Amino acid sequence: MIRRQAIVLLALVGLLVATYLWLYKIGVLGELRCGTGSCEYVQTSRFADLLGVPVAFYGVAGYAMLFVIGLAGLEGRFAGDRRLSVLLAALATVGFAFTLYLTYIELFVLHAICRWCVASAAIMTAIWAAAVAGVSRR
Amino acid sequence: MKRFYVLLALVAAAGGGAMWYSSHRKPAPPPAAARVVAATDGFRGYTLGVESAPVEVTEYSDFECPFCASFATVQMPVIREQLIAPGKLRWRYRDFPLPTHRYSRYAALAAQCAGEQGKFWEMHDQLFEHHQWAQTGKNPRSLFQDFARAVGLDLDKYDACMDGQRYAGRIEASVQEGEAAGVRGTPSFYVNGRPFERSTSDDFKALVDSLTKKHK
Repeated sequence: MIRRQAIVLLALVGLLVATYLWLYKIGVLGELRCGTGSCEYVQTSRFADLLGVPVAFYGVAGYAMLFVIGLAGLEGRFAGDRRLSVLLAALATVGFAFTLYLTYIELFVLHAICRWCVASAAIMTAIWAAAVAGVSRR
Repeated sequence: MKRFYVLLALVAAAGGGAMWYSSHRKPAPPPAAARVVAATDGFRGYTLGVESAPVEVTEYSDFECPFCASFATVQMPVIREQLIAPGKLRWRYRDFPLPTHRYSRYAALAAQCAGEQGKFWEMHDQLFEHHQWAQTGKNPRSLFQDFARAVGLDLDKYDACMDGQRYAGRIEASVQEGEAAGVRGTPSFYVNGRPFERSTSDDFKALVDSLTKKHK
């Protein structure tokens, strides 16, 4: 249960980060608070869109799914349901793979780091670790 | 469990509040656009290619102009490779920021400040290759700092140059020179002081070929 709680909490934080980046991308937010990173450089690069959709939106959708499924998994009737754990682990694996791809692009193609993207990558990695542990230890 | 849901609500409220604040925050003031006195330092623009090239083209361009971006990213690489690199052509870039473009003078300033550190063309390429900034209408200050970082500028020197608008006079002088030459839009090209109305790499190849033959 504690792992699912962790997943839900992390997914919520990830959802907020992805929403922030998405709102910037669609023009609702004027500037990104980035400190010394290169957020706008990354966010305005050609890699910030995939199949015509902002990459950040994939993040919003992915974290939202993890959040909702994780939240459902906290309900009594689903608490011991292994299928839910497998579903969470599968989704988190897709998210983790996507995160690896994006981090590769930042480090080796753009040579620029967006702090919010790094935060999202750390969150997704933690979710993936918790979700995989949730499947293997049941 | 109840405490966990309270925690979730608090995190959601804090995150949502921060985003609401961010979206209502007063945007950074646009870079100053006051008219300045034209510089008289004799600066004639950054160039590409050897001085001994038989043909020299002067380009009047605006970093915010979409046609200039298209020219810089589609035609210019071919021109660089096939005409400039072999020493057949020398290219001179002059600023002609159009008054209808909010940030074009600011972008020209960024390129000049990069030029101060020997990276004019690198910044030129960044400004045109990541041209999305010109369509968003957002203040590009931090994005240009990202560009500066990407091309390896000393950011403190770059910021000092930008904040002091060190080369605003040069840009104004370039605009006045363009107006005197009859520039009305961008990009505009001049060959030996005469307007050249075409703008594809093939056109420039044909031009260089014809002028080179004349000289032989």
